[in-house]
Amino acid sequence: MAHDHSHDHHDHHHHDHDHSELSETQLRVRALETVLTEKGYVEPAALDAIIETYETKIGPRNGARVVAKAWTDPSFKQALLADASKAIGTLGHVSRVGDHLIAVENTPQRHNMVVCTLCSCYPWEMLGLPPVWYKAAPYRSRAVKDPRGVLDDFGVTLPSDTEIRVWDSTAETRFLVLPMRPAGTEGWSEEQLAEIVTRDSMIGTGLPDPQVKVK
Amino acid sequence: MFREPWEAQAFAMTLALHERGVFTWPEWAAALASEIKRAQAAGDPDTGETYYSHWLAALERIVADKGVTTEDTLHRYRDAWDRACDRTPHGQPIELQPEDFA
Repeated sequence: MAHDHSHDHHDHHHHDHDHSELSETQLRVRALETVLTEKGYVEPAALDAIIETYETKIGPRNGARVVAKAWTDPSFKQALLADASKAIGTLGHVSRVGDHLIAVENTPQRHNMVVCTLCSCYPWEMLGLPPVWYKAAPYRSRAVKDPRGVLDDFGVTLPSDTEIRVWDSTAETRFLVLPMRPAGTEGWSEEQLAEIVTRDSMIGTGLPDPQVKVK
Repeated sequence: MFREPWEAQAFAMTLALHERGVFTWPEWAAALASEIKRAQAAGDPDTGETYYSHWLAALERIVADKGVTTEDTLHRYRDAWDRACDRTPHGQPIELQPEDFA
């Protein structure tokens, strides 16, 4: 819609550089926010609070704590695999967008990888905001057609007899990969374990990195 | 993960409208997916860099579809902000005034 806007009506001030500049996109966003605020649909302070939450309070650490708990608490792991939304709800995390979360477990026989081919749905509450590559067409199309090749690009090589299962997210269903606990982490605390659970390992494009601890 | 403040604003407005029940999340996902398809068909490289542009276009469309506002109103406000921008000296906060709706 508004991208049709030509710049014709800018011509009268085209060479005047004293005034402020907002890009076409910024003008559209301000227009939306003003209209929605005037109509009482949004409040600027509430918008700021949402942004702050997603930028600083929610991030892959939420997911990492869930994974670490599943590694150390067999009954939590069982509950997580049975109904991830419910299990995570017991930790105080509630989805804002009402999606249903499913945890998929990596095993020596099967590696799981998550994509959203349609619109980059992502388990924000667990992982924060998605990285750019997750939203890019090359990942979205190749993850399905050539998952092993994609993993290779990410530097992940799996045994050839490990099956790779790709899960396509939807608006209603999101997936969280439960990676395998790395060898050599016996006796680690939940907090220590959470530190080695990377974002990519919960998308399935990476593995937990025990080296993170000693770096 | 937001590269520019407007991306965060567009994201937050969407969540706020969803929480108010203006649209369901599946409706939102469908709107976003159709904007992405439209952009791809128009030659957008869809590398993830333009994701929030598609997001914004989907948001403009869904609020109009849901009768929250109209395309015309959004255009009018966009033009008003443009005028406010023109008359505001560089470095000062831009504020919308009634006169901007000329």
